Amino acid sequence: MHNRRLWFLLLALIACTLGYLALGARGNWAFVLPFRGNKLAALLLVAVAVSTATVLFQTITQNRILTPAIMGFDALYVLILTVMIYVAGAQVFVQVSQIGAFALNTVLMMGGALALFGTLMLRTGGDLMRMLLTGIIFGALFRAGTGFLQRMIDPNEYSVVQVASYARFARVDAALLAVAGGVTCIALIAAWRMRHRLDILALGPDAATNLGEDPRRGMFQALVIIAVLVSVSTALVGPLAFLGLLVVSLAHLLTPTASHQVLLPSAALVSGITLVGGQFLLERVLHLTTPLVVVIDVVGGVVFLILLLRGRHR
Amino acid sequence: MWIVLLAALSGLSVLSLFVGVIDVSLIDIWQDPETFHLFAISRGPRTVAVVITGGALAICGGILQMLVRNRFVEPMTAGTGQGAALGILLVTLYAPALPILFKMVLASVAALVSSIGFLAIVHRLPPTQPLLVPLVGLIYGGIIGAGVVFIAYQADLLQYIDIWMNGEFSGVLQGRYELLWIVAAVAGLSYLAADQFAIVGMGRTASINLGLNYTQVVVLGLLVISVVTALTVVTVGMIPFVGLVVPNIIARLAGDNLRMTLPLTAMTGALLVLASDIAGRVLRFPYEIPVGSVFGVLGAVVFLWLLYAPRRHAQ
Repeated sequence: MHNRRLWFLLLALIACTLGYLALGARGNWAFVLPFRGNKLAALLLVAVAVSTATVLFQTITQNRILTPAIMGFDALYVLILTVMIYVAGAQVFVQVSQIGAFALNTVLMMGGALALFGTLMLRTGGDLMRMLLTGIIFGALFRAGTGFLQRMIDPNEYSVVQVASYARFARVDAALLAVAGGVTCIALIAAWRMRHRLDILALGPDAATNLGEDPRRGMFQALVIIAVLVSVSTALVGPLAFLGLLVVSLAHLLTPTASHQVLLPSAALVSGITLVGGQFLLERVLHLTTPLVVVIDVVGGVVFLILLLRGRHR
Repeated sequence: MWIVLLAALSGLSVLSLFVGVIDVSLIDIWQDPETFHLFAISRGPRTVAVVITGGALAICGGILQMLVRNRFVEPMTAGTGQGAALGILLVTLYAPALPILFKMVLASVAALVSSIGFLAIVHRLPPTQPLLVPLVGLIYGGIIGAGVVFIAYQADLLQYIDIWMNGEFSGVLQGRYELLWIVAAVAGLSYLAADQFAIVGMGRTASINLGLNYTQVVVLGLLVISVVTALTVVTVGMIPFVGLVVPNIIARLAGDNLRMTLPLTAMTGALLVLASDIAGRVLRFPYEIPVGSVFGVLGAVVFLWLLYAPRRHAQ
């Protein structure tokens, strides 16, 4: 049953992609295709990165309501970027080349994510509400810290940060896209190879230990993958607060299973359809100027509220 | 405690008068008419605005915490502030010609409606999960905020939104802050009902047992919160965490007898916001950092501390 649904989702995604590429295109195809293709590649890359990171995070924390974005992981990425520019100056930053900066930022991000997650798990003792609230406040702290530092930075240097602190799909750097694509592929392969172990980790540390799987090692590996994926998507398009929550909740509805072999592709497909189809609807059909992210924030926020109020977060 | 707070507040207020791009000395005020103008038009109003805003927001936070019986909520992050922004945005879009007073009334009504919505949701939450309340509040406020951004994008009013969403006092001049005197009056009058709010904080049953008209007091509290929040958002913008952090600190130090603690809350709020404002003016001199950013960092850190520091019981 799940296989059929996956095929159906894939067809829907292909339809969205074709519609996005073709509809309303006038004039030279040699110009239109690379232009839209670049954007499309970025959308798909971000879609897969966010959905996979969210599935992994929800598995190792064993609930359906926490996501890396809600816990402030992408705000942390922007904060690290801002601190780097504040300390080193944008000049150095530009000279190091964007890709070097991206790599450094990703490594720092891994450390930060591990520290943040470790503190949360230790200090809250697994109390979900406390963990959520702490995560949201940490996110607010990171954002306020970014805003604070941005004011301390020279306006010229500030523009480098600004590019990263707002979610947008309009312009994506082609060189960065290639690197990001490569990194994402490696992370995705690692996640896919972990899929059966993730099934076990989702049962909780006790059951995992009983079944011969070291929960600490699994969590660590998953967190590294999550940090890489969050860095990629934030570097490409900026923070996306509720996308992960929205698409993984939808994936759970469409393919109700605990098996990661189904869940990972299903979430990725739903995520792709949401981003590409949403962008297609907004840009080409409704002709709205509002970025898709704002719409996703509203819808995803409502989903989050419903999940909270229903209390089905386990 | 009274005296310490009062002294610190007046000291900082005087300091606030003398911090700014133009250097002035005490003698200049009486000799140089130019300097006197500077004080009357810019520095004086700014200091007054900061003190009123800080005090009123702290009082509102204290009242809301009593109304929903939860320590970790405040109007600016639980939908009231975003509701006010939504109201003023809609008025700007559809009835830009209305006199300013009507605009304020409509913004306050929008803030009131969104606060009632929050209260209605909180009412349905299980009492066994106290942390669910602030969580739901933050998300509820976030959704309304995202809605505001959505409408602003469509109408090309993003710049306006920025002004309302980020609290800043650098725009305060004589003639542009007078609405805050209404805020001061409303916040001051709410003190008359301090005992009633304290009783409401004990819960509905206890309030009715003590002969209180529960609904009436809740409505009164919501009115105060909505008016203060709406006017503050419109005049200086949102300043997060003031209403959350300050009442908590005071409650830990001096308890929950609002008749005694509300003035302390107001003074501490004014003190902290004033300190943040002065810090924002000095740190990147001669440029300014908005007080919202300064207090955002400060408030979030204190919030985390409040969440984890063990409460000291009965001393």
